[in-house]
Order: sequence, then C-alpha cells, then structure tokens
Amino acid sequence: MHGAGPNLAFWVLAALTLVSAGGVMVSRNLLHAVLFLIVSFLGVAGFFILLSAPFLGMAQIIIYVGAIAVLVLFAILLTPRAGRDNGETRWAAPGVLLSIALMAVLLFVITDTKWTTAKDAPEITAADLGQALLSTWVLPFEIASVLLTAALIGSIMLVRSPEEEAEDALQ
Amino acid sequence: MSIYDSWSAVMMAVIAGFILIGTALMATRLLAPFARERAKGVSYECGMLPIGRNWAQVHVRYYLIAILFLLFDVETVFLFPWVVQMRVYDYWVFYEVLTFVGVLGLGLAYAWRRGVLEWK
Repeated sequence: MHGAGPNLAFWVLAALTLVSAGGVMVSRNLLHAVLFLIVSFLGVAGFFILLSAPFLGMAQIIIYVGAIAVLVLFAILLTPRAGRDNGETRWAAPGVLLSIALMAVLLFVITDTKWTTAKDAPEITAADLGQALLSTWVLPFEIASVLLTAALIGSIMLVRSPEEEAEDALQ
Repeated sequence: MSIYDSWSAVMMAVIAGFILIGTALMATRLLAPFARERAKGVSYECGMLPIGRNWAQVHVRYYLIAILFLLFDVETVFLFPWVVQMRVYDYWVFYEVLTFVGVLGLGLAYAWRRGVLEWK
C-alpha cells in the first residue's frame, strides 16, 4: 500500500497501540489494564491489515480481542488478591531489567537486518489460505482439532472438584 | 474502485463510531444533572449496607466456560477460509471439514456429559 492514507493510518495505529500499551502499565485497576490491552490488540490487528494480511488481522481480532481478553478477564476475576489492585510492585526492578534486555536484543536485530522493500508482494486472502489448508495441509488442519479437543479435556480434568475426583477413583 | 472496496470505509466507520460515542458521553456530562454523594459509590444504593469488599471471587468453574469459548472461537478462525469459497471445493473437502468439526463436537459432548455446561 502506498500514499498518504496508509502513512496516516500507520501513525494513528502506532500511537493507539503504544499509548494503550502504556495504559496497561500505568493503570492501577487491573480490569482497566485489560481494557487497555484490548485496545492495544486492536491496534496490532490494524497493523496486520495495513501489511496486506487482512485474514491475520481478522484472526487477531477474533482470537486476541475476543477470546484471550476474556480469558485474561476471567483469570483476574479468579485471583483473590487481584482485588487489591496493581499496588504491589515488588517485581518492578526485575521487570525493568528484563524489558531493557529485550529491547537491547530487538535493537540489535533491527539494526542488523537489511531492510529491503518487496516489489508487489502478493496479498494472501482467506480463500488462498483455505485452498492451502484443505489440500496440502489437511493433516495439520485435522490435528489442530484433536489438539483443541485435548486442551478442552485437559482443562476439564484440571478443575474437577474433590467429589468428582473421588468418583473417578472408584471407576 | 469505489470507497467501499478499500479499508477507507472501515477507517471512516471507526472514526464515526468514536464521534458517536464521544458526543453521547459528552452530552450526558453536559446536560444531565449530577449529585455528588458518597453513597452513590456503594454497590446497592437503596438496600442494606453491603458487607465486605466489592470484589467477589469467581468460582474456577466459570473459567471452563471461557476456555470453551476460546476453543470454538479458534474453530471459527479455522472454518472461515473454507466458508468464503465453500462452493468451489470438491465434495470430499466437506467431509474433511466435517471431521474437524466432529472431533471438536466429541470434546463438546464430553464437556456436556461432565456437567461443565450446567449451572451449579
């Protein structure tokens, strides 16, 4: 994509993503942090669309904005100490160290890479993905459903109550 | 190429959405009367004074519902590339997809039998 529109969209999305990512760190209420995280995910989805990967953008919205955000919200609601807000920051110093180390690695990779512009990169649509998924990659496609079912059964086993566990032991 | 073929339409819809909600919030802030009372922050304003904090811990059982939602969300993403070109494929591709949905259906049936979907 060329022209003023994508350029403008890039800066708007960059501002949106970074500001909301900052909001995740700054907000004291953990639920507000999750809401900021959702906005940040939306910005990343916008980047995917800007990079001519609309299907990936849609998947980002469906999975991250839709499902992962719900999972994070549930995880916060399940945590008894989460009600005390984001007040305890014992892990601040290690966190800062870790992020500085990560930033150093990323900066090294960014400066080390030779950035070339691809001439007319193909736009991969959902239809192309479907063709590949249901012909060449059909076995991984089917295995994915087995993986999802295994995750489902595993999580059911993990949250059994003591009574249910006793019932299973008898069988 | 009309504007509806490009992402500009999406961008405009987003901006229009922000303006709509922003003006609605601003209008209530400007027009509606507000009374600042400490009691307005209480969970049930007109009843007994609530006991304890406003943080109710959720039972871990609800997390399973969220995981179920996540799994079938991922299933939707996998089905989407097939659905947009459903009629183009050969007939046996339908059975491939049916197998995919069927395996997940087995998982759902197991969850159903274990009483995950029941409200206890």
